[in-house]
Amino acid sequence: MGVVHGEEMVLNIGPQHPATHGVLRLQVKTDGEIVSQITPYLGYLHRCFEKHCENVTYEQVLPYTDRCDYLASMTMNFGYVVAMEELLEIKVNSRVEHIRVVMAELQRIASHLLGLGAFGLDIGAFTPFLHMLRDRERILDLFEMTCGARLLYNYMWIGGLSHDLPIGFVESTYKFLDYFEPKIDEFVDLLVHNKIFVERTADIGVMPQDVAISYGVTGPNLRASGLKWDLRRNDSYSIYNKFDFEIPVGEGGKGTVGDCWDRFYVRVLEMKESIKIVRQALASMPKEGDVHQSLPKKIKPPIKSIYRRTESPRGDLGYYIESDGSNIPYRLKMRSPAFTALSVIDEIAAGWLLSDVLAILGSLDIVLGEIDR
Amino acid sequence: MTVDFLYNLFSEFLSNTIGSDSILLISMLLPLVATFGFITIYALVVIYAELKVSSFIQDKVGPMGQGFGLHAGKFGLLQPIADALKLLSKEDIIPRSADKLLFVLAPFMIFVGAFISFVALPFNESVIVSDLNIGLFYILGVGSLAVIAIILAGWSSNNKWSLYGGMRSAAQIISYEIPAGLSLIVVIMLAGSLNMQEIILYQQGGIGNWIIFDNPFMPIVFVVYFISALAETNRTPFDLPESESELVAGFVTEYSGMRYAFFFLSEYANMFVVCVVAATGFLGGWQSPFADSLDSPLMGFFWMLSKTASLIFVMIWIRWTVPRLRVDQLMHICWKVLLPVGLFNIFAVAIWTVLIG
Repeated sequence: MGVVHGEEMVLNIGPQHPATHGVLRLQVKTDGEIVSQITPYLGYLHRCFEKHCENVTYEQVLPYTDRCDYLASMTMNFGYVVAMEELLEIKVNSRVEHIRVVMAELQRIASHLLGLGAFGLDIGAFTPFLHMLRDRERILDLFEMTCGARLLYNYMWIGGLSHDLPIGFVESTYKFLDYFEPKIDEFVDLLVHNKIFVERTADIGVMPQDVAISYGVTGPNLRASGLKWDLRRNDSYSIYNKFDFEIPVGEGGKGTVGDCWDRFYVRVLEMKESIKIVRQALASMPKEGDVHQSLPKKIKPPIKSIYRRTESPRGDLGYYIESDGSNIPYRLKMRSPAFTALSVIDEIAAGWLLSDVLAILGSLDIVLGEIDR
Repeated sequence: MTVDFLYNLFSEFLSNTIGSDSILLISMLLPLVATFGFITIYALVVIYAELKVSSFIQDKVGPMGQGFGLHAGKFGLLQPIADALKLLSKEDIIPRSADKLLFVLAPFMIFVGAFISFVALPFNESVIVSDLNIGLFYILGVGSLAVIAIILAGWSSNNKWSLYGGMRSAAQIISYEIPAGLSLIVVIMLAGSLNMQEIILYQQGGIGNWIIFDNPFMPIVFVVYFISALAETNRTPFDLPESESELVAGFVTEYSGMRYAFFFLSEYANMFVVCVVAATGFLGGWQSPFADSLDSPLMGFFWMLSKTASLIFVMIWIRWTVPRLRVDQLMHICWKVLLPVGLFNIFAVAIWTVLIG
């Protein structure tokens, strides 16, 4: 009796596929339902962000940062303006810092809501996705109130903000937080402790801490692997060191540390921490202060380079800016957290079933706009 | 209102004008057309229900409107009709590399499988197309036709996603027929018949006599049957064959327009069939829950449909609440959980019946 060797089937998941969160192509080798190798193919959304930046002035870079991670535009702005302000050695006033932190943390909640909802959708739970979008909508309403835009804000400017907070923003935000806090427990009931959800995510796609570190995975994905690493604490920027908040890490509540369930739950806990930060920032926000106070008339940084990283909802977002003394960046490089998160997929998802691969992909919470840039 | 009944009725009035063969044909065609009409109307209603119930669960309004025109009618009542018209008027695409004959055959086969099950469904004392003496067995049998159609659809589309969907579905439906069958064996043991009407008549005398309350094991049997029914109709959490976020649309990926509508229709028709079987086998069928009161042929119709509708509502409710299982977990639940429980139930109920009942 000879041994029958089956052929592996090559399957292209994407570029158009409901579970790829954008236009990503995963080329997988499958033996039946078992996936033996995953190769991500990128570039379907490449818009030459970095090359564009070499041809526009420093202010004009800002709208491009919006469009990189379109689900967390505020934090993309934030990272860039923090880097630029360090380069220009500008100090913004306390009110601006507070508003920025409020916006960034609201954006973190909004981004996590969409990420978690889409993860649920990948598992097959349709309803939590819509519940989360419903609540995200209220954050977008707050942003719309502030700067008129709902997705791409261009709100934070180098040395200030485009608008001051509108009348009634603080009250509306408090109202939203009071409404939203109990909703988190609802999501926890609906998904986190759902037997089927636990079965689908616990012990699946375990990312050990050393693998995460060696691939450069950051943000909630790294924290889910058990490492307390958050740039808001470890490499503090803006006024984050003033606030009291916890850094949730994965503890393997339902399985192993670093599994899909942990990656989900860490994000849930992070939303709670963000609420805490927003509350503190709103309470301590100075009433006075012109948001245009430190806007430079002309942006001509000294000949110098700078690398500044901030904590975006997806992890370490780094901007490397090389200045040649003109008003146009000589080189601008962005370190994308989602890119590194995606690179680990073959390591943690090979050998699992097809359904698991898509669950793992969902748990990494990638945004293709930021990966391809 | 069986075929025999119609035949006798027509023979009385029409035997002078047309031959007995024609009368037989008419009396067979009439229930057929009525059933087809019933399925179509039922599908429109249940699609509307699905839209509205899911909207309620998901905190949105669902189809809405104020009148005719571009709106979907009052409360969106015209939405399912608009959907149906859209599907009818869509371009019919057959992929060039598809196996044309099988590709065209599959939607009809799956619909036939669902359609002919309706023959043995009792709606009240007299309304049943054919009162087969092996009605339950017949329904289980023709229900399996869907597997062949799904495999055909998956294979003939010449698409990897379709193939995955077809293969998953074949494994799933065949596996889950076993626990479903084991649960129904318990019902047959108690009622002592495979005839649908006799099973219902066994449960005469109000809610206490329903098979589900016959002995302490029956609720478990019912749950096992209901879970298997969910799996057999490819409903969440067992919707792996067409799992949207994994397999694009599974075995219906390449289908569009009317052919897709047939798959859609037969999914809902199958839901109705399994729910009627559950209502018949466990919940007293068309019998009133209050023994003799509210019991008439018309009320029988009402009881049957309301019991079925409640079960369909539970199916919709489950669909929009829980995530989807993985393919190996699906098999695990079937072979390692439901099957032993089903076998245990048979022994337990048998011993209970002999010793106590």
